[in-house]
Amino acid sequence: MEKFTTHTGVGVPLRRSNVDTDQIIPAVYLKRVTRTGFEDALFAAWRGDPSFVLNQEAYSNGSVLVAGPDFGTGSSREHAVWALKDYGFRVVLASRFADIFRGNSGKQGLVAGVVAQEDIELLWKILETKPGTEVTVDLEARTVHADDVTVPFQIDDYTRWRLMEGLDDIGLTLQNEADITAFEATREAWRPKTLPAKHLPSVPVEPARPVS
Amino acid sequence: MAGTLAEKVWEAHLVRRGADGSPDLLYIDLHLVHEVTSPQAFEGLRLAGRQVRRPDLTIATEDHNTPTLDIDLPIADLTSRTQIDTLRNNAREFGVRIHSLGDADQGIVHQVGPQLGLTMPGLTVVCGDSHTSTHGAFGALAFGIGTSEVEHVLATQTLPLSPFKTMAITVNGQLPPGTTSKDIILAVIAKIGTGGGQGYVLEYRGEAIRNLSMEARMTVCNMSIEAGARAGMIAPDETTFEYLKGRPHAPEGADWDAAVEYWKTLRSDDDAEFDAEVVLEASDLEPFVTWGTNPGQGLPLSASVPVPEEIADANERVAAERALEYMGLEGGTPLRDVKVDTVFIGSCTNGRIEDLRSVAKVIQGRKKADDVRVLVVPASARVRIQAEAEGLDVIFKEFGAEWRNAGCSMCLGMNPDQLAPGERSASTSNRNFEGRQGKGGRTHLVSPLVAAATAVRGTLSSVSDLDLPGHVDLTTFDGTPLTPLEAPSFV
Repeated sequence: MEKFTTHTGVGVPLRRSNVDTDQIIPAVYLKRVTRTGFEDALFAAWRGDPSFVLNQEAYSNGSVLVAGPDFGTGSSREHAVWALKDYGFRVVLASRFADIFRGNSGKQGLVAGVVAQEDIELLWKILETKPGTEVTVDLEARTVHADDVTVPFQIDDYTRWRLMEGLDDIGLTLQNEADITAFEATREAWRPKTLPAKHLPSVPVEPARPVS
Repeated sequence: MAGTLAEKVWEAHLVRRGADGSPDLLYIDLHLVHEVTSPQAFEGLRLAGRQVRRPDLTIATEDHNTPTLDIDLPIADLTSRTQIDTLRNNAREFGVRIHSLGDADQGIVHQVGPQLGLTMPGLTVVCGDSHTSTHGAFGALAFGIGTSEVEHVLATQTLPLSPFKTMAITVNGQLPPGTTSKDIILAVIAKIGTGGGQGYVLEYRGEAIRNLSMEARMTVCNMSIEAGARAGMIAPDETTFEYLKGRPHAPEGADWDAAVEYWKTLRSDDDAEFDAEVVLEASDLEPFVTWGTNPGQGLPLSASVPVPEEIADANERVAAERALEYMGLEGGTPLRDVKVDTVFIGSCTNGRIEDLRSVAKVIQGRKKADDVRVLVVPASARVRIQAEAEGLDVIFKEFGAEWRNAGCSMCLGMNPDQLAPGERSASTSNRNFEGRQGKGGRTHLVSPLVAAATAVRGTLSSVSDLDLPGHVDLTTFDGTPLTPLEAPSFV
């Protein structure tokens, strides 16, 4: 994962609350088996609307999204984070994030910074009155700077450290593999195993509609 | 120290306690896998030269993309077919058990785990799907994860996690006739909001929860995520043990006895402290429906569509205006006057046998309203087989409904089962987001009973709106257990 310390890019005001992951990327785009190439899918339903913020030239190459509360609710699809990243976003700021979305962001090097709603309103005002304004996000200092305003944001210490070091979670966990093996030795016999497979009685499944 | 149910399960899975603000490392007992959120995870393993650490704690099935018609033909949508083929290839390559389309144990992943007896109290259960919270109904700590975490669990059978906070949701008293566990959870979400549960594990308790059948409990826990919570839990009891006993993967003999003895300790201590508490009176509940574009925008069916100008909070007012515009609704319209085009009965929320039975009871001997399309999609192939053994399929077909094969179907429209732009549905599923059931589709979330009554009348309705014939006994609709699924016998 690429290290993240500071980022400066065009801020995009998204004046909507409860932007769920179905809005960030509709289910129809989830059929792909690759991890990249989701930029066309980002906010797909809204992209057809000429007034949508990303369709305005000043914001179209934005990389810092400033959104309303409860961003990323709903489905656990990590595709939402991939779509934001593939489009070019490096940071999303909101006053509240859904837990799974925030977790997924941290795994993929997208900074999900929690900013007080009054500061979000301040940033919205700046970005709307001066479209194209660049925003600087300093992960070390946990600050957002735009125009003449600097506001703090929150991100937990561990995620911040991982983002700044660009660390891969699996590699970190496997440093403790001996602990995992020791734990496995203590698991009770009643805990289920999927293998060998046990089945409900075998019954053929007929199609719901006769096939000619 | 006194602990909550969630804390007890957490503590029992600690591989390593995090120090200095770093997360705990938690062992995962059961990992459920489906085709949509796993391809990139398996690819990650392949690129790093890693194996699946515990294929014996992993199980895969196909549900999101699967068609509900013509399941014996190659899948027509090529990208869907590729995604499913990818899962099949990955399962073969990494030695993971899979239940594919056409297999009697195929179905929505959150039905497959419980029906095979793999979901049990006291487990940690994860899946790359936010409705993994369903399994919490058994007293398991179960939550949805993203694809990076899927890869992490495949590689290590653990997850680094920071402890959740705990919230007690107590539902006192008894549900009035015509209301179900779906109405409980819709009322909870309307009360605490779509963000109210963020960072929490919800524990549902109280008389109304205790009285619910296992399947009705799954409906409640299923939608915990719609309140923002990662997980919902219900302490296991005799209802839980009864459901599990005899299922293929349930423990047997001495293991069963040891398990039950331990499971009985899985309850929040009387003096355990929750970080937040919410109390509801079941007797206040009515059939609930959503009017907007998130699951928190719900009201009793007897209410009217909200008038945005009357909403004090500016952000909520804007959200309501936007939602009503999308939904094509006028503020002040009685919800009962809202006409629907489609009724969808199914999903991991309400596609189980008891749901189908309750719908069948309401519609038996009737015809659906003209111009309404009614789709009945069982949660799993096994549920379909059971329903057909009980003759429910005949009742649905005589009513004018389409009886389909199992899968996620119109809950999210990844397969051909979708709403057309502007089409309106009453849906027993879990999300009414914009475009969720098809681009431009408009969704009202409802219970199976409301869905059934709506299919009869063509407008949002409850069973109390129906002129009930003698054979419908409303006392069976009060949330108490309907006939449980018979414990399966082995072949």
